[in-house]
Amino acid sequence: MTKVLTDARSIRIKGRSFLAVVLSPDLPLDQWLERLDDLAARSAGFFLDRPVVLDVSELPIKKPELKQLIDDLAERNVRVMGVEGARPSMLGPGMPPAMKGGKPASDVEVTAREPETETEAEAAEPAPQRQEAPQVRAIPQSLVIDEPVRSGQSIIFPEGDITIVGSVASGAEVIAGGSIHIYGALRGRAMAGSIGNTNARIFCRRLEAELIAIDGIYKMAEDMDSSLRGHAVQLSLEGDTIMADILF
Amino acid sequence: MGKVIVVTSGKGGVGKTTSTAALGAALAQRNEKVAVVDFDVGLRNLDLVMGAERRVVYDLVNVINGDAKLPQALIRDKRLDTLFLLPASQTRDKDALTEEGVERVIGELKKYFDWVICDSPAGIEKGATLAMRHADVAVVVTNPEVSSVRDSDRIIGMLDSKTLKAENGERMEKHLLLTRYDSNRAERGDMLKVDDVLEILSIPLLGIIPESMDVLKASNLGAPVTLADQRSAPAQAYFEAARRLAGEVVPVTIPGEKRGIFGKLFGRKAA
Repeated sequence: MTKVLTDARSIRIKGRSFLAVVLSPDLPLDQWLERLDDLAARSAGFFLDRPVVLDVSELPIKKPELKQLIDDLAERNVRVMGVEGARPSMLGPGMPPAMKGGKPASDVEVTAREPETETEAEAAEPAPQRQEAPQVRAIPQSLVIDEPVRSGQSIIFPEGDITIVGSVASGAEVIAGGSIHIYGALRGRAMAGSIGNTNARIFCRRLEAELIAIDGIYKMAEDMDSSLRGHAVQLSLEGDTIMADILF
Repeated sequence: MGKVIVVTSGKGGVGKTTSTAALGAALAQRNEKVAVVDFDVGLRNLDLVMGAERRVVYDLVNVINGDAKLPQALIRDKRLDTLFLLPASQTRDKDALTEEGVERVIGELKKYFDWVICDSPAGIEKGATLAMRHADVAVVVTNPEVSSVRDSDRIIGMLDSKTLKAENGERMEKHLLLTRYDSNRAERGDMLKVDDVLEILSIPLLGIIPESMDVLKASNLGAPVTLADQRSAPAQAYFEAARRLAGEVVPVTIPGEKRGIFGKLFGRKAA
């Protein structure tokens, strides 16, 4: 039996990043949990509505202990969305998925909760000024890479454009929030506008890509017009279709 | 202080061990002291290619664990005074290698030898990463076919990120050794051409070793091809590669290219 797709619209897959709170427990775990309880007592509700990632890379524990730790945390209303630095054998069904590739961010400050009465009083006042301050216009950012991107490497830059002076090898991937410029052959994958930018484009000196995507719309090598192969090409998005133009 | 070379490829069966032995013997014939080190713990082969399999007493893992001293484990080649082998252990696996242990052994070898050539195991796991970790120069062995080229590309990426040199912000010197090259098949399009491989990998070319029965013959004899049959085409190519490694400027010739041109001329005349 063959599957017939009734809806020709393609599914958009987008990337989005969230700031998660990372907990790195240390041994002995019961003492660490005690300290956590102490912290929670000082600032109740700190972990509510916050994505929490458990970093166990420095922790020499096995699966049952990890499971117990996750349960202990759940009891304290801390829901773990993912586990970082765990060996695959430590995780199983019913446990949070493994996470990797996290980028360090600044420490999250735990502020002690004000007494109830004061909070109420404050609520009547206008919102804190910090929120009203005019937003500083983000400076457009770009990442320049001066060497070829090798097979197995992935360059991820959600903040802006990526320029590569060299080729992108088969089995390598480049993911940018903005446009991607490749002064060489594109043999791997390039995904531009990864956080929802329909104006992003991909430029390359020679198109031999395995996969290209703009704003979640993707095209595999097989679906690409074979007359484009080997040419300098610009790719852009028009509606839900990737358009290609041969440059020069 | 000697130079540490890692012979690596990612993919298996492309000729790392053969090339390690051949380059080692070629450099040793220049009267330089050479140690070839087998990092393929558990699947050791270098001892066979060097014809020293019956003289292995201690191995790399013994030295790392402190069960034996380095001079006890080193095997001097019977044909060349300046060539030594540090064999791998066949009964252990790669987990027996430790970073501190490897660092100590390489450091010690560097003191006594002009060249320390490390024969990396295939793959990108612990054995391969430890073999490349302390290297000064990398020889990337590649066959002219797509899977080997892609794996080499992956290894080059690792040489630029996972080695001590890379971590110190220095650049790892990398050279491409194209092995099993068959000019007839490349011309017919059955194989990647030299230029294609160079374009994809974009690292300097150390040499092109032609596909030849002499290589297999030498391996079965238990001799590096640069010792077994010094006049053969692959041996000549390895000698040239060794000279380039030592810093000499030797132009690279593509094997069989001359014959190709003569063949064409001849063909035209006959027709």
